[in-house]
Amino acid sequence: MSRIHVTTSVNGDEVDFLCEPDETLLDALRNRLGLTGSKEGCGTGDCGACSVTLDGRLVCSCLVLAAEAEGREIATIEGMAEGEALHPLQKKFIEHAALQCGVCTPGILVATKALLEKNPDPSETEVRYWLAGNLCRCTGYDKIIRAVMDAAAELRRA
Amino acid sequence: MPKDHGIGASSKRREDVRFLTGKGQYTDDINRPGQAFCYFLRSNVAHGTITSLDVSAARDAKGVVGVFTSKDLEGLGGIPCGWEVTDKDGAPMKEPKHPILAEGKVRHVGDPIVAIIADSLAAGRDAAELVELEIDELPAVVDMREAIKGGTVLHDVAPDNICYDWEFVAENKAAVDEAIRNAHHVTTLELVNNRLVPNAMEPRAAVGEYDAGRDEYTLWTTSQNPHVIRLLMGAFVLSIPEHKLRVVAPDVGGGFGSKIYHYAEEAFITWVSKRVGRPVKWNADRSEAFMSDAHGRDHVTKVELAMDQEGNFLALRSSTLANMGAYLSTFAPCIPTWLHGTLLAGNYKTPLIFTNVKAVFTNTVPVDAYRGAGRPEATYQLERTIDKAAREMGIDPVELRRRNFVKPDQYPYQTPVAVIYDTGNYDATLDKALELADVRGFAERKADSAARGKLRGLGIANYIEACGIAPSSLVGALGARAGLYEAATVRVNPTGNVSVFTGSHSHGQGHETTFAQVVADMLGCEEANVDIVHGDTSRIPFGMGTYGSRSLAVGGSAIVKSVEKIITKAKKIAAHLLEASEADITFANGQFTVAGTDKAIDWGSVALTAYVPHKYPIDDVEPGLEETSFYDPANFTYPAGTYVCEVEVDPDTGVVEVQSFVAADDFGNVVNPMIVEGQVHGGLAQGIGQAILEGCSYDENGQLLSASYMDYAMPRAADLPMFVVDHSCNTPCTHNPLGVKGCGEAGAIGSPPAIVNAVIDALSAHGVTHIDMPLTPRRVWEAIRAARN
Repeated sequence: MSRIHVTTSVNGDEVDFLCEPDETLLDALRNRLGLTGSKEGCGTGDCGACSVTLDGRLVCSCLVLAAEAEGREIATIEGMAEGEALHPLQKKFIEHAALQCGVCTPGILVATKALLEKNPDPSETEVRYWLAGNLCRCTGYDKIIRAVMDAAAELRRA
Repeated sequence: MPKDHGIGASSKRREDVRFLTGKGQYTDDINRPGQAFCYFLRSNVAHGTITSLDVSAARDAKGVVGVFTSKDLEGLGGIPCGWEVTDKDGAPMKEPKHPILAEGKVRHVGDPIVAIIADSLAAGRDAAELVELEIDELPAVVDMREAIKGGTVLHDVAPDNICYDWEFVAENKAAVDEAIRNAHHVTTLELVNNRLVPNAMEPRAAVGEYDAGRDEYTLWTTSQNPHVIRLLMGAFVLSIPEHKLRVVAPDVGGGFGSKIYHYAEEAFITWVSKRVGRPVKWNADRSEAFMSDAHGRDHVTKVELAMDQEGNFLALRSSTLANMGAYLSTFAPCIPTWLHGTLLAGNYKTPLIFTNVKAVFTNTVPVDAYRGAGRPEATYQLERTIDKAAREMGIDPVELRRRNFVKPDQYPYQTPVAVIYDTGNYDATLDKALELADVRGFAERKADSAARGKLRGLGIANYIEACGIAPSSLVGALGARAGLYEAATVRVNPTGNVSVFTGSHSHGQGHETTFAQVVADMLGCEEANVDIVHGDTSRIPFGMGTYGSRSLAVGGSAIVKSVEKIITKAKKIAAHLLEASEADITFANGQFTVAGTDKAIDWGSVALTAYVPHKYPIDDVEPGLEETSFYDPANFTYPAGTYVCEVEVDPDTGVVEVQSFVAADDFGNVVNPMIVEGQVHGGLAQGIGQAILEGCSYDENGQLLSASYMDYAMPRAADLPMFVVDHSCNTPCTHNPLGVKGCGEAGAIGSPPAIVNAVIDALSAHGVTHIDMPLTPRRVWEAIRAARN
């Protein structure tokens, strides 16, 4: 099988790469483009550590073929901060210590950013259920939920 | 006012910026030029004899670099065990060989048989399809109660599948038997401590590289203790001397015990990188992790608690079957023995205790320490049994516990199970937890639940644990094949900033922040001027790593010792520069001052002088400002606390919802309250997970039924409440310089019995007295139905 040439946009930059037909978007991001922020926690779409957005829609990049990225817009954790300036969610995660080992964190940030874009004023229950697809083994979620609620409040004021 | 820096401040975690921006460097993020990939072909049956193995077609496959079986590994050692437990009759435990790749037999689903090195993982996986493997399947044994009958035998050295039969405290046996025979009341409980899979979100991974020019190996690996891996792998498996072997545990994505152990995969990856002349990478997929990471818990226990008329505990007798799995993992033998039997006094003054533990081989993944390691099993049986005893005796469960507490004026307290508690105050954490949980308002909330058709229950559990593992001479006497000190080098650089090299390893705990707080506090400098280096054997001194809530208590103490040596030396230099007597120099807030004068010199000038020793007491003091210390603790530390929770049970569906959870912990002094809270939260989530969700499941043929996140129920955000956490009732540890006890495991130790006690409280009106974990809807529903009938 020959490799597929893919042209796509990642975090606003146009990129192209060659990939295998059966290669996942996660592997292409990590191994072709060097964007190792997205993590593989399970490879089966159950843990959310590989979460990215594809044309604004939250997806598990382990379940998307790299070839499907052709002509689409992808956003990953690497594009969340603007230069040195962290996104309010990232700042609140530091303030609340809403992470420990850091493996689930990129996916949770990408997922909660997508939530706040749809719903700027979520209830605690809505945040908890939105994160149903993101496993964290370290924090017990308490500080994550607090950080997200706090960031949402700040974004509403902004 | 809370402090804003140093010890006691909730300093923001400095490691977080790299994690939040995707710039962490975990093992799977490391790629080496020319790297090949490893795929392990694993057994898909639980027990069998390999009758035929032909890898020639796989060797010829496209993209394959090499294919290896146990025949290629002749001369290499097996995976060593780090702890020897002695049988009750004085004989050493049975210690079968644990080969890197299966030798003639497979003993659990996931046992690696063939390793394929290929240009890509896909090529390796495809080539595995070409391996001609025939296994003559043997009956498998999964249930320990069956295994000890000896019908199906895993290892010839253990014909009854018993690794050891351990008694503790043997001298108490007759007295305990007599006390139970003569007691006013004996409460008996049989329970299962369910098998768990640690499930760090980062699967295990390894990258091996051999530098032929220098004859040096480097292994990047997901480890909690890189020096331990270097020693075990170099000395016992591969015969590579330490100075030719570098082990790096870079950012590591959680461990919870499962990344302590030396695993076959990392040894193979290191060895094969030289053999194929290329760097080699292996990364476990999640199902592979389920069937090859060491599991936790898996005890079957019978407890008997004897009491007098007033409910005073007279004696405790406990017998346990502890699953070892198919082979002995690195620290497996000590978990159900020395980390379990020694905690059976709990927070109570039970005068006589005896336990018997039989460790059993089964056709399952090896079992070893998982967050809490032996102490959750001890706490669970005690706190469940005490709750049952309270109901049987008609005594309030809080009052029964309080009546039997070791009291604050009894420290140091010699338990009947060898350990000596140095300090504590169990009444204080109990009172605090009851207050924070608003126990007085429970009846009203229960009535409210009842009005909605729900059953509400209140659960209480105390715990104590032995952390800060451990005095080397003591653990040596108990069978450890290692010392358990920690090491730290503190290097003051010429311009005064500080690099700390620690043997502890952070895989989520935030050491880069807390250790810097300690050093900055002692030196009176900004935390930002202190850097913490860990995880690379070529940079850090030989140290034992992170587990057993030991990093601050043991590793932190080593850092304190080194900083104290630095200050002593710096004072000599300052005295020389200030032309004063060393005895007259005081050091505070980063300044050296001659007592009673205004003569002073700052830290930076002294540091620079140490490296530019022009005007220097060269006859008395060497140049430079760097000190190394090894700290070997005098005792364990004993964190303790009380957990109170409320649950709501739907009697129609059996669904348990955790409504509230309060944790009042005594961790001694706290360096960073925010980080400590997070550690407790994480432990609670794992303990609540054990109680109501998680259970590793095998069928009778040894097939692992729960080998993915679809089948193994991890706690998700909507399964848990917000937690109320308090650590104000602290009694500082009396024997380490920071007065700290450790906080990493407490949450996972105290929460399972609190939850189960709450559910049983909710169901008590239905006559339910016990349900084994996990309290799934089905089990709860069936228990209600069974009790009604």
